[in-house]
Amino acid sequence: MTETAAFRVIHARVRKRRNPVSRWYRRNERAVLSAAGIVSFVAAWQIGADAGLIDKFFFSSPTDILAAGVAEVQKPRFWEDVKISAIELGLGTLIALVTSVPIGIAIGWYRRVSLTFDPWLNFFNALPRVALIPLVVLWAGLGVEMKTIIVFFGGFFSIVLPTVEGVRTVDRQFLDVARSFRAPQRLIFTSLVIPGTLPFIVSGLRLAVGRVLAGVIIAEFYAQTSGLGVMIARSASTLQPDRMLFGVLIFTILGIGLTEGIGIAERYFQRWRPSIDLEEAA
Amino acid sequence: MRTEHLALSARGVKMQYRDRGTGNVLLAIDNIDLDVPDGAFVSLLGPSGCGKSTFLKIVNGLLPATAGEIKLHRVAKGREDAMVFQDAALFPWYSVLDNVAYGLVCAGVPRGEARKRAAPFIDLVGLKGFDEKYPYQLSGGMQQRANLARALAVDSAILLMDEPFAALDAQTREVMQAELLRIWNAAKKTVLFVTHQIDEAVYLSDRVVVMAARPGRVIADIQIDLRRPRDLSVKRTPEFAVYEEQIWRLIAGQYGKTPQPDAAS
Repeated sequence: MTETAAFRVIHARVRKRRNPVSRWYRRNERAVLSAAGIVSFVAAWQIGADAGLIDKFFFSSPTDILAAGVAEVQKPRFWEDVKISAIELGLGTLIALVTSVPIGIAIGWYRRVSLTFDPWLNFFNALPRVALIPLVVLWAGLGVEMKTIIVFFGGFFSIVLPTVEGVRTVDRQFLDVARSFRAPQRLIFTSLVIPGTLPFIVSGLRLAVGRVLAGVIIAEFYAQTSGLGVMIARSASTLQPDRMLFGVLIFTILGIGLTEGIGIAERYFQRWRPSIDLEEAA
Repeated sequence: MRTEHLALSARGVKMQYRDRGTGNVLLAIDNIDLDVPDGAFVSLLGPSGCGKSTFLKIVNGLLPATAGEIKLHRVAKGREDAMVFQDAALFPWYSVLDNVAYGLVCAGVPRGEARKRAAPFIDLVGLKGFDEKYPYQLSGGMQQRANLARALAVDSAILLMDEPFAALDAQTREVMQAELLRIWNAAKKTVLFVTHQIDEAVYLSDRVVVMAARPGRVIADIQIDLRRPRDLSVKRTPEFAVYEEQIWRLIAGQYGKTPQPDAAS
């Protein structure tokens, strides 16, 4: 009989105590790496532009954009544009939110409402809504009203469809509990349907952020009356890429801020859910 | 027979429905008669598909019966019946206290008042100190305690329990069975308990109503004369084994009579 290695031995791994620097790094890995990514991109852009490898005429440079921004914030016209865009965005999104949630809940909950409005929802969802801008201009002119309506379109359909979906997927066993205890209809909505649908409303809102920002820019491009979109369009056509990119940067920061704000609101409303740590899950 | 109040009296309850796929009419429950005296602990025992949970849902009003009549003893105030669900079915966005108060809120009690009245039931089921926890922070057994407290809080005359311990592990289930008897003793409720576990039915009940499937019907009604209060050691006595054996034979006998596609022959 020949002796063979009959066992594969699995050793325990002794955890080594890491030094403080690597412990700090592991805790902040996410922040460190994303900051490093941003800094090296901006640095490469700046160096490339200064060395003449990147044509400043088309691509500007980080310091030029910063300088354009500093000049811009001293003009009253700039703040007038900011105000107009903020009103269009805020008002359009707010109206979209307060109308889409109740309408979505009604369509999701009542079968007959759903059968009646489903074709319309699908129709308007499939419709490229920016194509309606000329029509909206006929109704509302070239001012704030028309641009607010365009923003509203983008927000409303982003939120209403997930809301309908959320209501339809409310857990049947919770419905049985409510019916078993003879919950009145109003209580079924407040205790069950709305909390169950909230995650869907929030994901609709996330989708809406991109759509309302795009809506306000497109509407302002089209109307050419006032707002940051006009500032962007005019800067490009007058060959000022630094000023234009400063406008784009504002919208980008706004989008990130809104998304973060939704995240904070979501964590507050969803504190009943076990939290999943991104680092641990990865 | 003693003259006593009946908490529940069912006559000729029948449930049939049309299969959406085949169009055949299926008889889920055929002619169930059942009397549950006030204060009694009665179990409905049978294999899956015998309609025992369906019967409970009919009593609770979640499903309409096709034929028959069910009388529940009317109470001066509050609900006649309250359901303890198979899966705890606690609202995940409510704290334990708000979940336990839910039945009262449904009955129109203002939330603050409902929470005040619900609090003692949290203590009764052994969840003291967990009032403000969310369901995800509770183990399966603790969730079932909250589920039970929610039904107890509405102070109904009869408690309907739909296999409440089926999803628990064996050890937790035994603990919960003993706990249920303690709570039943303290709360003085009538209980109609649905289960497919023979030892659970015998251990808990005054009477075990044995059901058979296809169609769902009652095949035996067995008085359990084990002395109360019972602790878990009762399960190791010869008398207990005799009851288990008797019921097991009744259920096993059914498999010989009708062809059972899912029986191990």
